[in-house]
Amino acid sequence: MRNIILITSKEIKTYFASPMAYIVGGMFLGLTWLFFNTSIVPGESNPITESNVRGYLEPTTLLFIIFSPLITMRLFSEEEKLGTLELLLTSPVKDWEIVMGKYLASTVILISTLLCTFFYVILISIYSTPDFGPLLSAYLGIILYGIATLGVGVFASSLSSNQIVSAVVGIVILLLLSFLDSLGAMIDGIPSTIFNEIALNYHYGDFTKGVIDIRNIVYYLSTASVFLFFTIVILQMRRWR
Amino acid sequence: MIELKNITKYYGDFPAVTNISFKIEKGEIVGLLGPNGAGKSTTMKMITGFMPPTSGELSVGGYDIVTQSIEARRKIGYLPETVPLYTDMTVYSYIEYMGLLRGLNKKNIKSKVDNVIEICKLEDYRNSLISKLSKGFRQRVGISQAIIHDPEVLVLDEPTIGIDPNQVVETRQLIKNLSGEHTLLLSSHILPEVSSICERVLIIHEGEIAASDTIKNLSSLMSGKNKIEADIIGSPQSIVTELEKINDIKSVEFSINKSSSEFSTFTIETEINSDIRSEISKIIINNGWGLIRLQSIGMSLEDIFLQITTSE
Repeated sequence: MRNIILITSKEIKTYFASPMAYIVGGMFLGLTWLFFNTSIVPGESNPITESNVRGYLEPTTLLFIIFSPLITMRLFSEEEKLGTLELLLTSPVKDWEIVMGKYLASTVILISTLLCTFFYVILISIYSTPDFGPLLSAYLGIILYGIATLGVGVFASSLSSNQIVSAVVGIVILLLLSFLDSLGAMIDGIPSTIFNEIALNYHYGDFTKGVIDIRNIVYYLSTASVFLFFTIVILQMRRWR
Repeated sequence: MIELKNITKYYGDFPAVTNISFKIEKGEIVGLLGPNGAGKSTTMKMITGFMPPTSGELSVGGYDIVTQSIEARRKIGYLPETVPLYTDMTVYSYIEYMGLLRGLNKKNIKSKVDNVIEICKLEDYRNSLISKLSKGFRQRVGISQAIIHDPEVLVLDEPTIGIDPNQVVETRQLIKNLSGEHTLLLSSHILPEVSSICERVLIIHEGEIAASDTIKNLSSLMSGKNKIEADIIGSPQSIVTELEKINDIKSVEFSINKSSSEFSTFTIETEINSDIRSEISKIIINNGWGLIRLQSIGMSLEDIFLQITTSE
């Protein structure tokens, strides 16, 4: 645990020391602000309703497809490029501790950026009386969604020493995972169910309706775990290569 | 402290290291010597646990590097050839992070880092970003991270490569000072470096150990012969004919001195345990030639190295 915390805090410090953090964070907040504004219907007696929450949080899930790989792209690519991976892998630290340390850092970064959007929730509660149930469950959903996409991003980062390549690979995997349910809608039978169950978006809908289904939580957590496991495998393959 | 038994490493189908075995005792200072691509770095990467051998047994401090990797790695300080550094960190925070990663306590980390910074003479650069440092200073930061946790075994891969001559001398001195407390394995293709720092040399050639001994033993063992150098005034051809009459002489070669045409320099190879300098001087005087210099020289590490790596 000590090693994980050590790596996590180092990665967070490094992330916020680079201008990248503020560009990506600013972009994210700017876009969510835009989504929030377009979801407000002016002229109505109750201009902000909880459907606004769905209105701005749902497109935000799509933002993660780009946002998460941008957070995670340097985690392993940079180590490989600088050669510091060799130091890390020869330190008395287990491979899974390295992966978890880096992954946790990216989750802290993502959640802290997401917390900034709580500003919109404050606005909503000032101008209307929202139903906090669906609001909070939507936030839980979006955090879980983010956690899963970060797992994919960490995995992509372990594949290449080039950050751009890592980001692109991450985005491609996430695009595939996100839109599998559209593919599922085109066909029917068992393949359709399989596509739907694998799709990232398919499991998000319930959260915005205020339904917290344990299956959806398990889905996001296991997606993250599977990709983190792949990352550990990649690290070990690197040793045996 | 370090023990390799029949270690082989393949990269795909290519054998980088084949069936090498050696043992390094506690406190020894050993140089791993070989031309580029001989398998030095591969060997070090296996010792430090970066990659496992394809076959064979490798242990550090009694711990198997594959099955008890974490315990073994705890004992090692390692400076890879590329000197990996987080360039966006300051010298202090980098060394601190590496120390904590190697298991040092948060409580006494500060005094440890300060101590290492002093040893490596980095005081003036404590809070500088590593990206702003010159190659020589980066090398010192690299060495600092290798010794921060006081490892029993220190593995340095080409520690003086790519830095300017002044800094090479300083870095070598630094390594020499360290050698007292650690078991040290150092790789190099620069011979004087190895002969000035190390007690024992392992010569590695095409993935195999070609020789392993102290420098002194190697030079006498290797050769089976001794060398004498002499500057003599006189006709070179007749000098060679006369000298070759001496029993123990194996060969005589001469080169005409370019700076002064007065004398020629002769290199005379003799049997190992015979000193024939007095006989040579007698012959020179009897023939009326002029003797300027007569010197016995052992085989240098260069000679040994060339002999081993070319004769096979």
